[in-house]
Amino acid sequence: MRSNSSSLTPKAPLALTIAAYAGLLFLHVPILIIFLYTLTPDETTYTFPLPGITFKWFGIALQRADLWRSVTLSLQVAAIATFAALILGSLAAAAVYRSNFFGRESISFLLVLPIALPGIVTGIALRTAIGGFDIPFSFWTIVIGHATFCVVVVYNNVLARFRRMQGSQIEASMDLGANSFQTFWYVVFPNIATALLAGGMLAFALSFDEVIVTTFTAGQQTTLPIWIFSQLSRPRDRPVTNVAAMIVMLITFLPIFLSQRLTASSSDTEGNSK
Amino acid sequence: MAQQTPPAIKFDKVSRHFGDVKAVDEADLEIRDGEFFSMLGPSGSGKTTCLRMIAGFDRPTAGQIFLYGQDVSNLPPYDRDVNTVFQDYALFPHMSVSENIAYGLMVKKVARPERMKKVDEMLELVQLSGFGGRKPSQLSGGQRQRVALARALINHPKVLLLDEPLGALDLKLRQQMQVELKAIQKRVGITFIFVTHDQEEALTMSDRIALFNQGKIEQIGTPAEIYEHPKSAFVAGFVGTSNLVRGEVARRITGMDVTFSIRPEKIHLGNIKEKAPTDSYSSDGTIRDVVYLGLYTRYHVELDGGGDLVVVEQNLKSTSMDVLKNKGQRTRLHWNKEHISKMGA
Repeated sequence: MRSNSSSLTPKAPLALTIAAYAGLLFLHVPILIIFLYTLTPDETTYTFPLPGITFKWFGIALQRADLWRSVTLSLQVAAIATFAALILGSLAAAAVYRSNFFGRESISFLLVLPIALPGIVTGIALRTAIGGFDIPFSFWTIVIGHATFCVVVVYNNVLARFRRMQGSQIEASMDLGANSFQTFWYVVFPNIATALLAGGMLAFALSFDEVIVTTFTAGQQTTLPIWIFSQLSRPRDRPVTNVAAMIVMLITFLPIFLSQRLTASSSDTEGNSK
Repeated sequence: MAQQTPPAIKFDKVSRHFGDVKAVDEADLEIRDGEFFSMLGPSGSGKTTCLRMIAGFDRPTAGQIFLYGQDVSNLPPYDRDVNTVFQDYALFPHMSVSENIAYGLMVKKVARPERMKKVDEMLELVQLSGFGGRKPSQLSGGQRQRVALARALINHPKVLLLDEPLGALDLKLRQQMQVELKAIQKRVGITFIFVTHDQEEALTMSDRIALFNQGKIEQIGTPAEIYEHPKSAFVAGFVGTSNLVRGEVARRITGMDVTFSIRPEKIHLGNIKEKAPTDSYSSDGTIRDVVYLGLYTRYHVELDGGGDLVVVEQNLKSTSMDVLKNKGQRTRLHWNKEHISKMGA
């Protein structure tokens, strides 16, 4: 018994436990409040308790074409930015991992920089550059803006996985007669697959709810977060905005949840194989 | 005499330089068909670089490498009929044991039933029948080693390269694998090239050994030749322990201007009152130190007029009490003249 309990972490004092839960509540109660007020019949004020319960806002939201246009746009931007990030990010990771070239460290640093820079700096920089080259602001400028930070997420994930992978596996594959393509497909790709998935989902979630860079790189387009932003000035639509916020949350929650699950389980098995 | 089969591997003045570092410097080497050949040397001596050049992971900066007469110096690894057992095994963690072993056949698009049949044969060869469905992470170190061996042998390569494959195993398993590797080599009849820094391992398993030092091959020969007749001080010191005698001391003993080495077990601790046998060299001295090591005893003898020699004697009859009494005794060391190896330097 003694040896058993000593290998476990000791139980935290009650005060600490309460404080921890209070912290979690503080973070998540506001989100629940948004969910709650999607059901209110009173559109302008947040009264509590709710004067009643209604599902009519879901119906109204469903009929708002502008809302669904922005949802679709956001999904498209996120999907394409993520796809570009998957390819560029893993190529960059492979280059930095496998070869030792002049300026490797600087490239690594420059790749990671966009996520550390405040979005507003990236946004202004992109706007100036895009404007300076007389490129019209469009769907694609949003995608490019989002790709700057999506690439980082994929790059970091894949590079970390490469570093944990035994380098000799690639040599072993070639040694056994596989050419470069076969080696990639049968050995490298399965090794980094979960990292790609995790990085991709995180990138998708980041892109989907991005506001700042989007404001600077969009033309007439309204992504979902921007649409929500614009709704704030219309108090009568507040419950519809709440419904939209709920959609954003659900769409971003799922990938983040899944990506955490995936990376956690694959690091377990890799730990075992050591 | 005309040779029927060309050598399995031939190095023709092969060099591999990394910047200013000469990892391998003009190495000439011939490895015979079907031989168990060891490349022995301390780390950084160039033996692994040689192996990697044979495998194709590295290319020589100068010189040519021939595989059964064919120049392979610039072929990629997948175009050479050579397979490797890696030091860290390099098994594919996401594949089962069977899939790992079948990999070489799979990339060559061998049909599935044929593949499975060969995998079963290989599993049997390395005594892992029934383990095919497991993942590498579920195997012990020794078992992974066998999987790596089976995976490399399934293509039936012309030459199998083994890069310190026993390094990660504990002593007992290591000795068992040494015997087993040798047996497998006899059974499959493939040329094995074995890289190791462990001289005992090389002596146990090899038909011939190449001893590497600082990118150069110091000596090539059978284990007995290398042990009994080391050509240089380095060889004498690296393989087993040896007394290196030079200068004034060597002249006094042999009457010649030479440097020579003599193995400690070849020297007899003679009675100071008895004459040494006629065909031997001898030298008088005093036993300064006695180290009892169970199986044998090691004596450090200080020679009259300078110099030290280490002598070992098996404890056939003597006990520790007996041998320890020898400390401080006078002795007349002698050894057969044939047992010394003369060196150039």
